[in-house]
Amino acid sequence: MPSILVYAELSGGKVAGTTLELLTKARDLGDVYAVGLGSGAKAAAAALGKHGAKVVHINEDAAFDDYIAEPATDALALLYEQQKPDLILFGFTPDSREVAGRLAARLGVGLISNASDVAAKDGGFVARVPYFGGAKVASMKANATPAIVLVRPKSFEASESGGAAEVKDLAVTVKAESKRAHIADRVVEASEKVKLEDARVVISGGRGMGGPQNFPLLEDLAGALGGAVGASRAVVDAGWVPYSMQVGQTGKSVRPGVYIAVGISGAMQHTVGMKTSKVIIAINKDAEAPIMKMADLGVVGDALKIVPALTAAVKAKKNG
Amino acid sequence: MKIVVTVKQVPDPNSTLSLEADNTISREKEVVLDPGDECGVEEGLQLKEAHGGEVILVSMGPERARDAIRKGLSMGADRAVLITDPALAGADALTTAKVLAAAIKQEQPDLVICGTESYDGSTGMVPPMLAELLGFPQLTFAKKVEVDGSTIKVHRQTGDGYQIVEAATPALVSVTAAIAEPRYASLKGIMAARSKEIKQVALSDLGVEKGESAETIEGMTDAESRKAGEVIQDDGTAVDRIVQVLAAAKVL
Repeated sequence: MPSILVYAELSGGKVAGTTLELLTKARDLGDVYAVGLGSGAKAAAAALGKHGAKVVHINEDAAFDDYIAEPATDALALLYEQQKPDLILFGFTPDSREVAGRLAARLGVGLISNASDVAAKDGGFVARVPYFGGAKVASMKANATPAIVLVRPKSFEASESGGAAEVKDLAVTVKAESKRAHIADRVVEASEKVKLEDARVVISGGRGMGGPQNFPLLEDLAGALGGAVGASRAVVDAGWVPYSMQVGQTGKSVRPGVYIAVGISGAMQHTVGMKTSKVIIAINKDAEAPIMKMADLGVVGDALKIVPALTAAVKAKKNG
Repeated sequence: MKIVVTVKQVPDPNSTLSLEADNTISREKEVVLDPGDECGVEEGLQLKEAHGGEVILVSMGPERARDAIRKGLSMGADRAVLITDPALAGADALTTAKVLAAAIKQEQPDLVICGTESYDGSTGMVPPMLAELLGFPQLTFAKKVEVDGSTIKVHRQTGDGYQIVEAATPALVSVTAAIAEPRYASLKGIMAARSKEIKQVALSDLGVEKGESAETIEGMTDAESRKAGEVIQDDGTAVDRIVQVLAAAKVL
């Protein structure tokens, strides 16, 4: 049975949702163990065990919290030497991909990035990767040992298996020369009330919003629905809103109960990050826009009139 | 300060992509300088303007990548290195990083600037791989870069804000599109770029061998598509219909 190592992404001791999704998937592929690094790793082991890790290797050195990628790469390289997993899974998230890239270069093996699924096949692994701007899906066979695959968040639904992990201390000394890219401070910008990835409702704006001055209309609707605001790459590139709001191939993947695309044409680059939403509503002045061909409800009209009216109607219904 | 900016020519994002027989993305169509790399070039130029030094573009690609490189030179970069070799067609991220690392080592820069990920491949893996191969710290997802002597400080974009990350040079920085609005090349810049050096090197010049690709593309299918649902023209009642759909989805 193949052995699979899942890199647990921890933030302030909290396990990233992506990690639990990966563990859930990994249970179908072989024997699963995980590695948790930094503060809170020991406490996090319980959640990792519940989702399928049989063993969790931990080390709570503060260097893992305070320095980018290099200390974690040292720890993973050591763990690889000790355990020789057949497959190492990472989330395709900013923090995990830095470690994955660095580890692959250190081990001298390639990797498969940006995957939406991974399966065991003929004693190896095959990943499905959105390709060609998301219009196609490629089946890619991993040639390297270990296989390293980065999977997009929200590719799977996390579920508990009810297991409990054995916790093992990973004896690694972080080298002084790995303590270089130092996270000196963390600044939280209060703008994001509900996390985009976790929101039940996501309202995203594109060029059809006319300009950044109209995004508060989306914020108001998000406030009324308890949702979060996203954006297309076009408006992020244009500097209207920050990159953290970008949904799509090169941004975040979301899977909310309802996704409302406002003034977004629906380029593959965008839809690859939202097409697994349960219900999609599109508001666009162009009836021929690609987004209309995938929406459960497409409304052809002026977004700048419809959105405020919708916000008022939602508030009225809630209060009534 | 000696600054290397990695640049790549990509199929024009405004044109339709096509595939080669082996399922790699065709590079024969309209190509442009990757929009993300334009931001990297801009940031490199701004740092040079503030601190002095030199901006060198390093690219791996076919002969025709010269057009994309020329654009960066027109913006104001000083010179360029193009690694071109038929053996590199379809190279994976690790091979790309190895080739770039070998060329960059010869320049001994203080700072390497990369885009976050390319527009076409989108693996996002070259910056961390390159940092590892160069033995540099990596300061990634930067939306702001400051240089103070031999210290680099960036604002690193995160899900809920940003981190302030510091390291000593030499270092690698990857930048997001938020870093700087790329300048337009002036006529003077375009004229000047014609005489700027693009040094062309082959794989053998770098002492790098192309290893086995990390992956083999076994098949290609159309992405699953959703079916079109109901499309209505807003005649004043669309809001009521949207509220019904929200209620049915139990989010209202």
